Amino acid sequence: MIAILMTLAFVLATLGVTAWASRRSTGAASFFAAGRNITAWQNGLAVAGDYMSAASFLGITGLIAYYGYDGFMYSVGFLVAYLTVLLIVAEPLRNSGKYTIADVLAFRLSARPVRAMAALSTLTIGGLYMIAQMVGAGAMVSLLMKETGIDFRLSVASVGTLMIVYVVFGGMLATTWVQIIKAILLMAGVMLLSLLVLAQFDFSVDRFFASATHITYLDRGQPVTRDFLQPGLYYKPPYGALNLISLSLALILGTAGLPHILVRFYTVPDAKTARFSVVWAMAIIGFFYILTTFLGFGSAILVGRSQIASNGGINMSAPLLAHHIGGDLFLAFIAAVTFATILAVVAGLAISASTSVAHDFYSNVLRAGKPTTPAEEVRVARFTAVALGAGAVAVAILLGPGANVAFLVGLAFAVAASANLPAIVLSLFWKRFNTAGAVAGMGAGLAASIALILAGPSFQGARAWFPLENPGIVSIPVGFLAAIAATLLSPDRSSEQKYNELLVRSSTGLGAERASSH
Amino acid sequence: MTTRTNPTPPFDDIVSSRAFARLLRSRRAFIVPATLFFLAYYFALPVLTGYWPEFMGQKVFGHFSLAYLFALSQFPMAWIVAGLYLYAAAGFDRQAARILQDSGVAPQEDSAE
Repeated sequence: MIAILMTLAFVLATLGVTAWASRRSTGAASFFAAGRNITAWQNGLAVAGDYMSAASFLGITGLIAYYGYDGFMYSVGFLVAYLTVLLIVAEPLRNSGKYTIADVLAFRLSARPVRAMAALSTLTIGGLYMIAQMVGAGAMVSLLMKETGIDFRLSVASVGTLMIVYVVFGGMLATTWVQIIKAILLMAGVMLLSLLVLAQFDFSVDRFFASATHITYLDRGQPVTRDFLQPGLYYKPPYGALNLISLSLALILGTAGLPHILVRFYTVPDAKTARFSVVWAMAIIGFFYILTTFLGFGSAILVGRSQIASNGGINMSAPLLAHHIGGDLFLAFIAAVTFATILAVVAGLAISASTSVAHDFYSNVLRAGKPTTPAEEVRVARFTAVALGAGAVAVAILLGPGANVAFLVGLAFAVAASANLPAIVLSLFWKRFNTAGAVAGMGAGLAASIALILAGPSFQGARAWFPLENPGIVSIPVGFLAAIAATLLSPDRSSEQKYNELLVRSSTGLGAERASSH
Repeated sequence: MTTRTNPTPPFDDIVSSRAFARLLRSRRAFIVPATLFFLAYYFALPVLTGYWPEFMGQKVFGHFSLAYLFALSQFPMAWIVAGLYLYAAAGFDRQAARILQDSGVAPQEDSAE
């Protein structure tokens, strides 16, 4: 009951933000890029909010609770990935684009084919990520079901409906503020939970880690005791090392290709603010992922693997930890925070995917050559958000609460790293790069990452012919090589003419889109 | 001071100017080694723990294994590289502003679109 009240409070607050944003929303730059008036710390929080999804909070806590050190490897990769964003992508993107990642590609390549491909990969990544969050919401409800009486379908449908309301009425401005509020709530929840975990050990960090070195759990019915600070509990021979390296590659290179993260850099006034906002985000995200240590080891020590397994499974480690320490009230608070997280991330995904459909696909592919008005683009984006929301709800309900959430998100990272990153990096830094290269690179990266996931152990079990869970180590090189090979094989050199302009713009900010005055 | 002289800024002139070459060089001089460093530092972690788990699992400080301390050290590493970049980028901003001023285009000219 309390969980419902707390969730309702968040929903009401964010609906208030949406109403405020819809009154301020005038025109396309306002709808798609929040008028480019977001400040560095606000955008830092919003980027962190988009990134610290339910899969991070629930998924990583669960992985550390089950596999100790090996689970913590995700936390490390998720932070270090932001150096790729900071050093290579954020500023050139802000300087040369307008609303979507395809703007950067279309700067000197033929707009129709590259925008069509970019819209396809944006929709794929957004869809996978969104379904994962909705299934997470449903699983959360299953845990609370005895208390609330709300079932999986209803909760998935209400997440979808709210997301549509935020995006359709509030656009990017409302989505950004929903993200900021949620990031603060989540940080507060995670800090409180970590403190309460430490309190169980009389605030002795030494005693806490001492307990983590001998944790007993049942492995196929046999009790075993393991040191959770040692590597090797998850990544075991023969393919453990390669699996780990492949995952690391996808994390480090995937973040800089995630559309819903990258579009956030269009919401700030200039490249310098984009740079500072990445550093803000890195401070918040780093702190968050360090705290996952306390949540993960805390649930391993205090709750234990068999308790977690019989009460909703690995993804429910953090909520079960909250229940163990603070009872029903604290579980309700953490559940409300998780719902807020899911809602905000889903809205962020929806706005980036709708923007791409409206701006890339509708205006530049379907209506190529014919003029479209900004108001028309906004209308198409709103319609897309409704369709996307309905579609994601349907798929999430079809998959049911048992779907593997972490693997869907891992796939999204692999697609981003294999399809988007090669095209973005090569179009910014390689003069010779051309349209054929971009289309081939995105197509091959997208196809390879999806095909290898389907052929891998997540779908085929132990007898899969592709032995790695994460396809990154193969599909990322495929994306880069296809982009380079197709460029060199194609005689098209028209893209070189505009390279000087791109170079000047991306490195000086000349002609970059400005903030709208109000 | 002119605010908007040319409808099309002289991109080719800017690119062939010495000041612009210097900006690109100083950006590259920071970004290339910094990227190689952080990639090497980061990938050392999965490679070492993946292939030499016993070596990385040895206790080096209290309860902490070498692997765990190395993993934790990635956080300050990322923050320090980011901080150094902020410092270096302030210099790039100054160079870029000077280039735009010298070539007679305002730093915030309207987009051609």
